[in-house]
Amino acid sequence: MSETQVYPGQEHTFSDIDETGLGAVDAVPDDRPPASLLGEAWRQLRRRPIFWISAALILFSVLIALFPWLFTSVDPRYAELSHSLGLPEPGHPFGFDKQGRDIYARTIYGARASVAVGVLTMLISVTIGTIVGSIAGFRGGWADSLLSRVTDVFFAIPFVLAAIVIMQIFKESRSIWTVVVVISLFGWPQIARICRSAVMEAKQEEYVTAARALGSGGLSNMLRHILPNAAAPIIVYATVALGSYIVTEATLSFLGIGLPPTIVSWGADISSARSVLREAPQVLFYPAGALALTVLGFIMMGDVVRDALDPKARK
Amino acid sequence: MLQANTSSLATDVQTTTKRAGAARTQASAEPPAAGVQEPKPLLEVKDFEVAFQSSTGTVQAVRKASFCIYPGQSIAIVGESGSGKSTIASAVIGLLPGTGKVTGGKILFDGKDITHCTRKEYEALRGSKIGLVPQDPMSNLNPVWTIGYQVREALVANNVAKGSEAHKVAVEMLEHAGLPDAERRAKQYPHEFSGGMCQRALIGIGLACNPKLLIADEPTSALDVTVQKRILDHLNELTSELGTAVMFITHDLGLAAERASYVVVMHRGRIVESGPSLEILQNPRHPYTKRLVQAAPSLSSQRLSAGVVRAQAPGMPTKAEGEQSGGGQGRAGEVLRAEHLVKVFDIRGAKGEKQQLRAVDDVSFTISRGTTLAIVGESGSGKSTVANILLGLLDATSGEVYYEGVAASTLSKTDMFEQRRKMQPVFQNPYGSLDPMMSIYRCIEEPLRIHKVGTRGEREKRVAELLDLVSLPRSAMRRYPGELSGGQRQRVAIARALALNPEIIVLDEAVSALDVLVQAQILQLLADLQSELSLSYLFITHDLAVVRQSADEVIVMRDGKTVETGTCVELFANPQEQYTRDLIAAIPGGSIPLWVGD
Amino acid sequence: MKRYVGRRLLQLIPVFFGATFLIYAMVYALPGDPIAALGGDKGLPPAVRLAIEKEYHLDQPLIVQYLYYLKGIFTFDFGVTFSGRPVVEVMADAFPWTLKLALMAIVFESVFGIAFGVFAGLRRGGVFDSTVLVLSLLLIAVPVFVIGFLLQFIIGVKLGWLPVTVDRSMSFKSMLMPAIVLGAVSFAYILRLTRTEVARNATADYVRTATAKGLSRPQVVTRHILRNSLIPVITFIGADLGALMGGAIVTEGIFNIPGVGGTMYKAIFQGEAATVVSFTTILVLVYIFTSLIVDLLYAALDPRIRYE
Repeated sequence: MSETQVYPGQEHTFSDIDETGLGAVDAVPDDRPPASLLGEAWRQLRRRPIFWISAALILFSVLIALFPWLFTSVDPRYAELSHSLGLPEPGHPFGFDKQGRDIYARTIYGARASVAVGVLTMLISVTIGTIVGSIAGFRGGWADSLLSRVTDVFFAIPFVLAAIVIMQIFKESRSIWTVVVVISLFGWPQIARICRSAVMEAKQEEYVTAARALGSGGLSNMLRHILPNAAAPIIVYATVALGSYIVTEATLSFLGIGLPPTIVSWGADISSARSVLREAPQVLFYPAGALALTVLGFIMMGDVVRDALDPKARK
Repeated sequence: MLQANTSSLATDVQTTTKRAGAARTQASAEPPAAGVQEPKPLLEVKDFEVAFQSSTGTVQAVRKASFCIYPGQSIAIVGESGSGKSTIASAVIGLLPGTGKVTGGKILFDGKDITHCTRKEYEALRGSKIGLVPQDPMSNLNPVWTIGYQVREALVANNVAKGSEAHKVAVEMLEHAGLPDAERRAKQYPHEFSGGMCQRALIGIGLACNPKLLIADEPTSALDVTVQKRILDHLNELTSELGTAVMFITHDLGLAAERASYVVVMHRGRIVESGPSLEILQNPRHPYTKRLVQAAPSLSSQRLSAGVVRAQAPGMPTKAEGEQSGGGQGRAGEVLRAEHLVKVFDIRGAKGEKQQLRAVDDVSFTISRGTTLAIVGESGSGKSTVANILLGLLDATSGEVYYEGVAASTLSKTDMFEQRRKMQPVFQNPYGSLDPMMSIYRCIEEPLRIHKVGTRGEREKRVAELLDLVSLPRSAMRRYPGELSGGQRQRVAIARALALNPEIIVLDEAVSALDVLVQAQILQLLADLQSELSLSYLFITHDLAVVRQSADEVIVMRDGKTVETGTCVELFANPQEQYTRDLIAAIPGGSIPLWVGD
Repeated sequence: MKRYVGRRLLQLIPVFFGATFLIYAMVYALPGDPIAALGGDKGLPPAVRLAIEKEYHLDQPLIVQYLYYLKGIFTFDFGVTFSGRPVVEVMADAFPWTLKLALMAIVFESVFGIAFGVFAGLRRGGVFDSTVLVLSLLLIAVPVFVIGFLLQFIIGVKLGWLPVTVDRSMSFKSMLMPAIVLGAVSFAYILRLTRTEVARNATADYVRTATAKGLSRPQVVTRHILRNSLIPVITFIGADLGALMGGAIVTEGIFNIPGVGGTMYKAIFQGEAATVVSFTTILVLVYIFTSLIVDLLYAALDPRIRYE
């Protein structure tokens, strides 16, 4: 190797000694504000129009659910048969349904049941699912086997059919809570599964090992390091699931086994609109549209949040 | 900050013609063109520029790069991560990732301009004219196809062979690439292969259609050192046999000098220096190249010592004293002693039967105060298992660890908790060792909080001190791990390890994921801290060159057993075992004398 | 491979017992007194009542009744309805409808879901991708019954292209619209899953290496991107069969299909315990069976699993 032919174009050359281009090895950036993981996600979210659209949809539907009287002064239960399937008129922008009730008022008041069921079910499912999933994922071994089989049992039971049976058991005392409990009963296993795998992944990380080498106990590691790092997929799924719980509630009401008829609900209204679909499609259109927009708000939000929290999207 | 005036760049390339006297005789290693006429380059890259589009604007990845490769020649492009070396390699084969675009200059292959080829033209070029051996062997083979299929695919796509003929050729290729029992191996899937075997298969694929140019993108950096050497030797044999030109892309100057006759050094998208490899190593001209050469850990480098005189902290026994007393009956310098450590794991064999793996098999050693013990071994040697036993993360099957003469098994739970303060780890992966959800302040403060040290204010002061100690600005406290580079994260990990004033730090491959310059910096920092705080280190590593720079005593491990122990100087000067000699010989460029500064 | 499948089989056994017991307990708790209903307005004489209770083991505690029921299942005796018709006959009437409906839905959702997903994933961020993504979100957001009503109204009533309800012969044409409605949501999920997988695999190292080998773009796409992307998609489709059969009740209601859902619905309201439990047991078995198939498929498609 001592005597090597040097070909043309391969002579020893070097560029100008230009120390400015060299810089210090490994300097810490000091021109930017600190960026936490959540801060970064937020910065990314802010730039997405879909985020703002879904945020507006969610905010709007929650507002309507909380204060329906701000949007209409008409009683959604007041029926006047003479107005049956009546067309829009001043004060009644969406017209009337078959019983002669104001569709606009019913659409506004229907939000409350849907949003309440969605939010409550999500909270219960996430609580149970996270507890079960983190125990299974963190402890492993027999605890994991046992809890995973319990989760599987709920997956194996056909949900709608089981829901009908349970709602039938509580036929006499149906309320928003029965619906919430039934949907939660079949909602938590999915969250438990997601939480379990996220926890299993996070507990392998070296920062958890480092904390263990410091003598930090299992529970404090779980709360300090593992759960915060496993939270992203749970948050994303919970947002999307909230939307799907609203659809489920509507489906149960559609089947006539959901909310009691005294509660104004989009599902029940869509169901009763069916018989008049040919003469008056608007009776179906408004509750269905309101339902779709609300659900769309939540699932689009889940979608953009997933993109923003995805660690692979960043380095 | 790097927006240098590009127009001036074209002129700032000086040429120093140092043609090594009259050494224009026919070189034996490199086959030049026959006769007297000037040989024509196989690949010419001229004023080449690549830019990436990012959310914040255009990032220039390669600026005005020019170099050439002659038929049958091996060259190397050397640089750190982000230097643009891989971008050039990708551009040559038409695989610029994502938003990358050629913004200027051209690439000539065999005299033809291939800068703006159509997809079809590239498809004709790839495989048959230009081959690629990628970086990470495990992720570059499709897990769902057999190895044989993936070789065959290359042959069929480039019309080299068809049908059963292709199968035969594929098996031959694999055999040629150094896979024993190739007929059976061809039917296996990538996950049944070791990293080295996967890389052999990939070399087989890269050379399957006898290309004129082979791009080897960090072909061995993911492999064990001895495997690395065997594979590079084999690659060298194959390519010189076939007359293939090779373009190495590497971060390792030693490897570049050993395997290539011509070296191109890149830094931040620019070629800062290029020339015959020995010239570059022994007579670097650009300040960046000088830095690189000085940082290159090779055999000729010495044990790093602190900026100040080593091990002279008042009140602490110096290394010499420690050794003397350690040799006597007092063992005053001993901080940790491991005796006959054994760790057995229950595993499942290939057919699901239960087996026992003796991951650590009768390993004993002593660490003296203020010194560094290195455990060297390749993957599967059990070196990390030893570290985990010492850290109390794993229980040894048998054997005993003594902390300052006290057996760990006799410690109560609270004593063990206290004991953990004295020994802290720094792990390999700079991207996994810090919780991404926590600020740097909370990362460093965590040990203090767990061990309930001090008030809030005191802790904050301590964290600031620790940041000073590892030469990070105090403003870094408010930042998050995601904002820091690998080296900076490793500094934070060291600061966290130092928080409780430990006596021993276990460094599990703590510098192996870092770029050369950063690695050198961290090693220097560790040496400084050692003398200042009289720390003892247990250095777990696969890299003998790093050992040479930082260890006092060395244990070589293989398959859970101790192969050889001795002081660092002894071991390198006079290795007793063949395996140790192999390890030393495998250090890339180890035999090349380097420029040692002006 | 054998170990893997064996272990999964062992795991599914407790799931079967757990699920069927839970269903049994729920049906047990259903209100109403079906025996009393049998007697009509006159009411049953106490002796007859006792005899019936004895025959159906209704005088025993829940767990004993469940065990009697299990014994029946393992001897293929699903009992009779209160009107005396064997439940097996009721099943033979209902299941073909739902099975055919679910299979057609599966074919529809896989073919279109995969095709759209691949195109969207290969051109991520393009016009087609964005459009398809928004449409898929809409499909998920709008309840199945709204989609059903709209299709029935537009295609069936207004345009008259397809029949509004099914005919007795289960003709392809009359089943097509219900199948599309049933598969609509899964179609959206398959599309999104395929898209994500394709986009992820397209940037994998081995795809780059395959391109560097000199393979043409179509070869790279089919052999390396598609082959790998379809593994999770196919497992999703496999698991979906059980879900579709159990969830067909809404679709069946809209299109007047006398399938599993409608029969169960009636049975639940009439307190027909034997029918409800038998049907659900079959659906649980379908779930378990498809889970096992999915595991086998997974092992067949992904060589890494075989050596677990």
